[in-house]
Amino acid sequence: MKSMTREYGARAIRLSPLLAVLLAARHAWADGPQATPDIFAPASTPAQSIVGLSIFTLAITGAIFVVVGGLLTFAIIRYRERSTDAASEPPQIYGSVQVELAWTVIPILIVVVLFLTTARIIFAIQDAPEPKSALDVTVVGHQFWWEYRYPKLGIVTANELHVPVGKATYLRLLSADVMHSFWVPQLAGKTDVVPNHPNETWIEPQHTGLYVGQCAQFCGVEHAKMLIRVYVDTPEQFAAWVHDQQQPAPSDPEVAAGRRVFETNACTNCHRIAGTPARGTFGPDLTHLASRATLASGAVINNPQNLREWIKDPDHFKEGVLMPAMQLSDLQIDQLVAYLSTLH
Amino acid sequence: MADQTLPIAGTLGVTPQRSRSSRLLAWLHEWVITVDHKKLGILYISYSLIFLLVAGAEAICIRIQLAMPNNHFLSPEVFNRLFTMHGTTMVFLVGMPILFGFANYLVPLMIGARDMAFPRLNAFSFWLTAFGGLLLYYSFLGGFGLYGMGNAPDVAWFAYAPLTEKAFSPGHSTDYWALALIVSGFGTLGTAINIIATTLSMRCRGMTLLRMPLFVWLMLVVSAMTLVTITPLTAAQAMLVIDRYLGGHFFDTQAGGSAVAWAHFFWIFGHPEVYILVLPAFAIENEIVPVFSRKGIFGYPAMVAASVGIGFVSMGVWAHHMFTIGLTSVGNTFFVLSTMLVGIPTGIKIFNWLATMWGGRIRFASPMLFATAFIFQFLIAGLTGIMLSVAPWDWQLHNSYFLIAHFHYVLVGAIVFNVFAAIYYWYPKATGRMLDEKLAKWHFWLFVLGFHITFDTMHFVGFMGMPRQIYTYLPDRGWGPLNLVISIGGFIQAIAVLIFVYNLVHSYFRGKEAGNDPWDAWTLEWSTPSPPPVYNFATDPVVYSRRPLWDLKHPEDPDWKYES
Repeated sequence: MKSMTREYGARAIRLSPLLAVLLAARHAWADGPQATPDIFAPASTPAQSIVGLSIFTLAITGAIFVVVGGLLTFAIIRYRERSTDAASEPPQIYGSVQVELAWTVIPILIVVVLFLTTARIIFAIQDAPEPKSALDVTVVGHQFWWEYRYPKLGIVTANELHVPVGKATYLRLLSADVMHSFWVPQLAGKTDVVPNHPNETWIEPQHTGLYVGQCAQFCGVEHAKMLIRVYVDTPEQFAAWVHDQQQPAPSDPEVAAGRRVFETNACTNCHRIAGTPARGTFGPDLTHLASRATLASGAVINNPQNLREWIKDPDHFKEGVLMPAMQLSDLQIDQLVAYLSTLH
Repeated sequence: MADQTLPIAGTLGVTPQRSRSSRLLAWLHEWVITVDHKKLGILYISYSLIFLLVAGAEAICIRIQLAMPNNHFLSPEVFNRLFTMHGTTMVFLVGMPILFGFANYLVPLMIGARDMAFPRLNAFSFWLTAFGGLLLYYSFLGGFGLYGMGNAPDVAWFAYAPLTEKAFSPGHSTDYWALALIVSGFGTLGTAINIIATTLSMRCRGMTLLRMPLFVWLMLVVSAMTLVTITPLTAAQAMLVIDRYLGGHFFDTQAGGSAVAWAHFFWIFGHPEVYILVLPAFAIENEIVPVFSRKGIFGYPAMVAASVGIGFVSMGVWAHHMFTIGLTSVGNTFFVLSTMLVGIPTGIKIFNWLATMWGGRIRFASPMLFATAFIFQFLIAGLTGIMLSVAPWDWQLHNSYFLIAHFHYVLVGAIVFNVFAAIYYWYPKATGRMLDEKLAKWHFWLFVLGFHITFDTMHFVGFMGMPRQIYTYLPDRGWGPLNLVISIGGFIQAIAVLIFVYNLVHSYFRGKEAGNDPWDAWTLEWSTPSPPPVYNFATDPVVYSRRPLWDLKHPEDPDWKYES
């Protein structure tokens, strides 16, 4: 039943001609594959129940709009001044108890219905008990990137969250500095990430794929590039990913020079690479950097050219990022990029 | 009709001698030292209009930057300063002063008084507000102080903690923000006290509370709300300054402070603030709709009750700005209910305006055009407000462009539209000249077009997951085309506003003579000459009903026969 309303709602929205034109325009515009975090294209339980509720709300408010807007339009057309009007004033009417009572009581009834429906969904989402099988992830918001910790699996990673399909994942939200907000529209509503005020949210994705989102609470200069990527994997893919992430960083003697650059510069103050002396915690964990698709919290594709540019001048991609330019020589940067590219 | 002489004496027949010196300095001196409520009203309104242009220019810069994905028109630092200043300016330096400007100008005239209760407090309040604004804008020069070039605050207009703490916001830009709001807040408090005192103690004979024009009623409610809500804002700013300079830890989360407390303080001011801004827009609507429909307001007692009701309920809805911050489910549910309840008195108002128009003979002169667009837009703003009050949906919509669209529908679609309506309506009273009606129509239609292109579209980018306050976005998000449309609409609005400004200046010198009562209206201000003399009324007026001028114009069928 709920899925039917959702279908109808989604179709009604697609049928809206304005939106159809806009959607066409949006496909003509972009030159790559689209990844629009559309709130009406849910792929996970809380987001789906929200769509159901929002269609219901849209129907009620839409009906009110049609009735009141229609009456107003009628009044404008019917009662506008015409040249044939008599010079005298129209009859004066000061009020009517019955009419006024009616338009007070009807809205009250609407509020009661809408409130009860809303309250049900609030409790269903917010107070949902955590199933035993749920995956636990701790999300830490930092000025302008995301840290993901899987306490039971011993994994620490950054900016790209992996979760299994068809299973609940509970996210505990902490902040290392200022307020942020964790928002992946297709998976769930947003929940703020508040320092000194741990929050929790959960998702239960039904479809595999990549879902994007971003920080939704202004948090400083690079708030716009604090992007979120959530990979919903099949159970097999997820198990393989977990296995890979649990390994210490590969140590390839061919890139020992790059490793030396990393370990003898200030890189280690902020970054951690498991199995090496680098144990910093201010910046993202780089143990498996090369396994990630993006750099700079989702701002650019992770490839050697971008990585090189990023290390040379972090401001180039992300002006105001807290990572400083390390003033390394070209040779050192080449060695460093070669080393980091082996961290699968 | 327009120029009939009314039996309420409007002039003593002597005008105070004009200063022989026509030098600029003398003119300026007169405006600086004035304690006349009308001059202060005009000062408030002009001051706000100047800041409207400034904040509008900031919005245009923001829209150029966002017109394309990955645009490099503005750096992130500048973008963040501009949206912070745009929001702060529009709320504190445009919205509040312009509405108090109208209150200042009109309340004494409407209740048959010769001035406000405390004229000198009135002048003091204006100048405090004005210097608060200048202090805020001085941050562009002095914000970073010793740290380098000047800069403006960049912490967003709600300045969530702990981003405002010293650790994350070094330099002085945040101090300028906090201190400027404290200063202008005191000015606002002074005006609020003044308006309350004036309406309660300066009414002319026969003007009982239930005969006051609805405009005055709403200003009374707004002033009472201002007294209650500016206080937590000022307290919060003081705590913030203590945190920053005296080692306090109210909001310093690194030392155990609470970021959530700031949000509560800010929104317990911030939400009633929205009603403080929109009730004066209702006030304007209540004057314009009856006059141009040629019918008295429908359901006056219900309108008064609804206004007072909105005032009370709006004090208990603030945490609907915080549905995502991690309240308990019971807390969220409570604020869903209180927020939905506020829709009921608001709905009553819309129905009453509709009923006032119903059966009338509506003249679509420029004030009524804006006032009619107001009803449509406010209806939509109210309905999107209901959508946002549905907490689970708000978890999606909060801080998205849908939210931006919603509150600009309120702030522009309702408030700015009615500010324009009010200026077209009362400009003849204040200057003695009509605004050009043809330019007014251009202004109206272009502004309506631009407004809808911009803000209707914003709802949809919000549905597509675009958050607010981001200086750029990736092309693959698919938000590019809609943002371009939004920016185009912004430019159309800017052109419309320039036409309006031209009209204001042009008509001041070249406009048609207005006469006392160009709109054939019913409240006391139209019985005075245009512009009214310093003393307003030569003899104290006496009123017998809510529409004293209706009674004079229709002695055969006066209102007082029907009012209980």
